[in-house]
Amino acid sequence: MEILLVITIFFYMLSTAGYVAYLFLQKDYLQKIGVYLISAGFLCHTAWIGYGIFQSGHFPVNNLHQTLSMAGWTIAGVFLIFHFRFHLKILGIFAAPLVTLVLVIAARLPSAPYQADSILNNVWLVAHVITIFIGEASFALACGVGLLYLLQEHAIKSKHHGFFFRRLPSLDLLDTTGYACIVAGFTMLTLGLITGFIYAKSVWGRFWSWDPKEIWSGITWLLYAALLHQRLTVGWRGRRAAIMAIIGFAVILFTFLGVNFLLQGHHGEFTRL
Amino acid sequence: MTILPEARLKSICFKELNYYINFNTQSYLRIRLKSNMLDIVLLGLNHKTAPVELRECFAFSKDETSAVLKSFQESPVISEAVLISTCNRVEILMATEDKSNAVKAVKSFLSEFKKLPVPEFENSLYIHNGDDAVRHIFRVASSLDSMVVGEPQILGQIKEAYKIATLKKTSGVVLNKLFHRTFLVAKRVRSETGIGDHAVSISYAAIELGRKIFGTLEGKKVLLIGAGEMAELAVEHLIRNRAGDILIANRTFENGVALAKRFKGEAIRFEEIADSLQIVDIIISSTGSTDFVITRNQVKAIIRRRRNRSIFFIDIAVPRDIDPEINRLTNSYVYDIDDLKGVIEENIEDRNREAVKGERIVDGAVIGFRKWYENLDVTPTIVALRNKIDGIAKAEIKKTLQFLKHMSDDDRQAITRMTNAMINKILHDPTLLLKSNGRHQDKSVYLDITRKLFKLDE
Repeated sequence: MEILLVITIFFYMLSTAGYVAYLFLQKDYLQKIGVYLISAGFLCHTAWIGYGIFQSGHFPVNNLHQTLSMAGWTIAGVFLIFHFRFHLKILGIFAAPLVTLVLVIAARLPSAPYQADSILNNVWLVAHVITIFIGEASFALACGVGLLYLLQEHAIKSKHHGFFFRRLPSLDLLDTTGYACIVAGFTMLTLGLITGFIYAKSVWGRFWSWDPKEIWSGITWLLYAALLHQRLTVGWRGRRAAIMAIIGFAVILFTFLGVNFLLQGHHGEFTRL
Repeated sequence: MTILPEARLKSICFKELNYYINFNTQSYLRIRLKSNMLDIVLLGLNHKTAPVELRECFAFSKDETSAVLKSFQESPVISEAVLISTCNRVEILMATEDKSNAVKAVKSFLSEFKKLPVPEFENSLYIHNGDDAVRHIFRVASSLDSMVVGEPQILGQIKEAYKIATLKKTSGVVLNKLFHRTFLVAKRVRSETGIGDHAVSISYAAIELGRKIFGTLEGKKVLLIGAGEMAELAVEHLIRNRAGDILIANRTFENGVALAKRFKGEAIRFEEIADSLQIVDIIISSTGSTDFVITRNQVKAIIRRRRNRSIFFIDIAVPRDIDPEINRLTNSYVYDIDDLKGVIEENIEDRNREAVKGERIVDGAVIGFRKWYENLDVTPTIVALRNKIDGIAKAEIKKTLQFLKHMSDDDRQAITRMTNAMINKILHDPTLLLKSNGRHQDKSVYLDITRKLFKLDE
């Protein structure tokens, strides 16, 4: 069944090519092809993950290969939802290559499960993993939108309307989409933390155990909470919100990967090679 | 014994065929010599060849156009004519059998009509024939020849001119076809290239920028400081884009009130500007003030109160009204007149790049039109007609003879001969009619109908 993964990556790559062509040539049909291809890739990917669950009998986040594959899958899924909700055509130029990159890295890692782990059948744990992943995928998109915002703002402020000015949508649309991504991401992250606490309580008898992953997740949560708070009270929008979204995603990347590799903790097995 | 009559019969057959071939080549030569075919000739002047005074003088109103076309109709050398007149150009398209005399006739007619001696405008005129004329009208309609490349009005003006010509019945088969092609080409150039994209006027460039900042201009509040043609034009554009309330500040309050009435807005006093910044989104400034009307500190003070909503300043005044430092503040954007000019220059460069693609489409279309036009000649039509009928006859003979195996070779020859004779007899009258030296305008009609009737253009 490895062929499914290859087909998936193939679709994602083609979608990336479609979006790159759209960026340069600005023909609407290219963007549509990009969406269809990433949708096709997403379906194959779903089948691949479904097959994995069927084979092993538990949720496939048992090693870095599976975890990355799952991360790519949620980014693709969340991207499709946001795409059809906001019609931000150019967003694919960020999402498609990201998903492709994540999957290519995943495919190059050994796929043998580290251990057949019964804890992965716990409903709270599965809920925890799914919500966290969707949340982080939303933040990834928020980061992408933030980057596009900074590019467009630079084009307008510098008054040299180069390559990006025409190709990117209005600042307002970018800002609104970024905000929606962060609201969605924050909601899912909160749910993810709650389900995580419940799971921790049921397994270790305590909600919080000062695990590095927990600490960094807390920091991430506080960061986005601060961003949302500032937006709602004093109207933090535009440039500052975009920069915060990018910083936030950097912290997430560290929490997601950095903590596991650099620090010790009870999340280690999900990213073992 | 059987060989002789057969050879004789064959030679008769050949004779008949030769008769047709000779007939055709002879008539072809005759047509060429007598130049029986209509030529397309274009005569005109535009912003590149004629100064504005001359263009003004040569502008034709609708009624004048009708009158001119009518007198062209009476001229024996002009078969078809269409006259296009805009503020930047006058173009006269003709189908004529006598190029030089037609041009002469038009020149002297223009001189008479506009009461201007020929030498005074002759040097500003350009005259194109055949392909060049076709290319010229394609380029003009596609707005590749316009002062501002890609401006959209010209196509409508040409359509209007063509409509007058059809009403006056001065446009015939040749020009009808040419104009229909022209409209198609213009449409293709517009939709397949970016020739009409992006603003090339100051006020429109400002609107486009506003759209890149706000997404939609709907409901955005506008403050107009001062007055002036460009600023007012920008406000009109904004209103057309369904902008929200319009505030108008003028040093002379009465002037502000008058403008406010025109834009259905509200006049405010000059001292109220600083406070109004809190509620407006787009500020257009065009005053004669030598100092900044809005300073950085004023804007900085209201950003927080605006909850960081974007604010866009369009400074059309020289010297400037808006402190350029405001552009550095978050979510504040300032464009002065030079910035806007820079944007327009970029856009014009862009259009010129797209125009190259347009030229390519035009080149292809000229070749396409030439094909149709050449086929409108007598000889190709007769040859094509004959080939078509011959082809049908041959196919049918072959089909029939397949089932008549018992027939001798002689019998088969006889059937073939009979069929050929029938073809010749049937085509005799139509061929004569097409070749007749009757009225030429009618001839192109018959040729066109023949080609359609027998589907010769496929």
